[in-house]
Amino acid sequence: MANNDKNQQRQKKKWLIDPDFRVDRDPDRCIDCRVCERQCANDVHEYDEDGECMRSDGSSCVGCQRCATLCPTEAISIKEAERDYRPHGNWTQSVLQNVHKQAETGGVLLSGMGNDEEHPVYWDRLLLNASQVTNPSIDPLREPMELTTYLGRKPDRIEVEEVDGEPRLKTEVAPQLKLDTPVMFSAMSYGSISYNASLGLARAAQEKGTFANCGEGGLHEDFREYGDNVIVQVASGRFGVDKEYLDAGAAVEIKIGQGAKPGIGGHLPGEKVDEAISQTRMIPEGTDALSPAPHHDIYSIEDLRQLIYALKETTRYEKPVGVKISAVHNVAPIASGCVRAGADFVAIDGYRGGTGAAPTMIRNNVGIPIEFALASVDSRLREEGVRNQASVVAAGGFRCSADVVKAIALGADAVYIGTAALVAMGCHLCQKCYTGKCNWGIATQDPYLTRRLNPEIATRRLKNLLRGWSLEIKEMLGGMGVNAVESLRGNREHLRGINLSSRELDILGIKAAGE
Amino acid sequence: MACKLCEVHCLVAHSRSNHIIKAFREEKDSIMPRVQVEESGYVSFALQCRHCDDAPCVEACMTGAMHRDEETGAVVCDEDQCVGCWMCIMVCPAGAVRPGKQDSIASKCDLCLEEGFPACVENCPNEAIIYREDDEEENDE
Repeated sequence: MANNDKNQQRQKKKWLIDPDFRVDRDPDRCIDCRVCERQCANDVHEYDEDGECMRSDGSSCVGCQRCATLCPTEAISIKEAERDYRPHGNWTQSVLQNVHKQAETGGVLLSGMGNDEEHPVYWDRLLLNASQVTNPSIDPLREPMELTTYLGRKPDRIEVEEVDGEPRLKTEVAPQLKLDTPVMFSAMSYGSISYNASLGLARAAQEKGTFANCGEGGLHEDFREYGDNVIVQVASGRFGVDKEYLDAGAAVEIKIGQGAKPGIGGHLPGEKVDEAISQTRMIPEGTDALSPAPHHDIYSIEDLRQLIYALKETTRYEKPVGVKISAVHNVAPIASGCVRAGADFVAIDGYRGGTGAAPTMIRNNVGIPIEFALASVDSRLREEGVRNQASVVAAGGFRCSADVVKAIALGADAVYIGTAALVAMGCHLCQKCYTGKCNWGIATQDPYLTRRLNPEIATRRLKNLLRGWSLEIKEMLGGMGVNAVESLRGNREHLRGINLSSRELDILGIKAAGE
Repeated sequence: MACKLCEVHCLVAHSRSNHIIKAFREEKDSIMPRVQVEESGYVSFALQCRHCDDAPCVEACMTGAMHRDEETGAVVCDEDQCVGCWMCIMVCPAGAVRPGKQDSIASKCDLCLEEGFPACVENCPNEAIIYREDDEEENDE
């Protein structure tokens, strides 16, 4: 029996697992320069000394497109491997592959990035308005257009007093985050992404006047200089959390849940915990960084309130303290609870939200779309008269500036982008972040791979993305005849729905197109 | 990051055809890249001529083949005059001059004077090779 096990382990070929991709190499174009071989961390390409040519093995290809992108003669194309299984509506090829994988390994299916199932994208079913005849549209190139956004608790009413003949605000306003554009970088920890990627995010946030969330892995010493544009996170693992850490950031976010894996904790494998990460996380080198599923000190809204106020107390009530939750079935009352517990902002992460690693079944089946979660949270907070007490940040699969504008019209104060930021840095969504072999140098700690992401290029590309989106947001606002993002917030009159049931329209709180 | 695309594009830039596939197919036996990526573990460095101010290769060259281009200040080798004595290779502190594949001519970086801009810099996907005229020439991360 023991021998059999040994034999089984040594069997390299997993014979029922089909390759996901096929590597096509055009021999007329290949110049045997071996760039593909050197750039593949999965050992797909190999130079055949005897045959004096390159050979490729698609079985270990993850489809990251690094080789195809860098090939100087465009000799390589990576294609989805074709399988000629008999078509079946229930037992699709990917379902069969998953069963084969688990029958082979007995393990849990893992995935990186967000839910990749073909569920409807509700942003695409929402349409924006524009002015015609009766109200003028505004040209943002000629007239001022305000994207500045303040996140934090707003007072119930404002009192103004006169001092030396000048009006002055008498009401004490709670601490606010000032954003030059309503787009922030969502929580991605140093550990899940590389040093260079983290640096790119922090720098771009600083240079564009927005914020990067450092995630639950602490804040590296080198990134503290960007602290004024960093939101520091406190998650269930409490990695890297001490007073200096809390003071280093511009705001604190308590992470309760993540859209990609609601109800699930985190696990950074020990092999990624090198010296710098161990110091940043304050854990021994080489040990697994395990974030428990719940915060072990939070079992109620009252417990959450204790943590919120402990953090506010520690930071002398000078910084907003927010709470991040996943979009789950009862997200509206939960968000309401968070606001009542004292959160200055509530971040809601929809089921398209990304991750470095999540069980595939959880990623693809748990949680709800951010569009519905956002609409119901905003409506609920308004009904309860507490909407002003906290800002709402939407997250989870934002792809373009139109998604941002629609989210703001649905009630968000700002949005977090994660995947879009990674894509800007080079990510091709191969979804293999959990292997630690990111060929683009983003989701890896291997020094041979991390140097592939030049932080200066990363910063530049992220800044460009924010610039492009901001210009587009201004154009869309102008078209609607609105000259400030403030005026669009929660203004669902600017939205109409297509391909939506009346129930869905009700939940989103919008009219159908034509109404 | 050791992709060696600088070597690929350097070779093409110094080929007769100037066509990447032709250069590798038909001319590879006679030409070679003038930049060379050296690696030690995960650290890599694209090494090409530093175009020193007090270039020892120019001093050592007995035929005057190795000379400084007056217009640009780049150290270049006149292939018609080079006799392949390899003194330049012996004295180069950077190891940036190598024997050419044919005709006993020293092969070294000419900053792509004919093309106007170094091909290695232009084609580095990670912007690791930087062309600077003022201080210490090119740097590689």
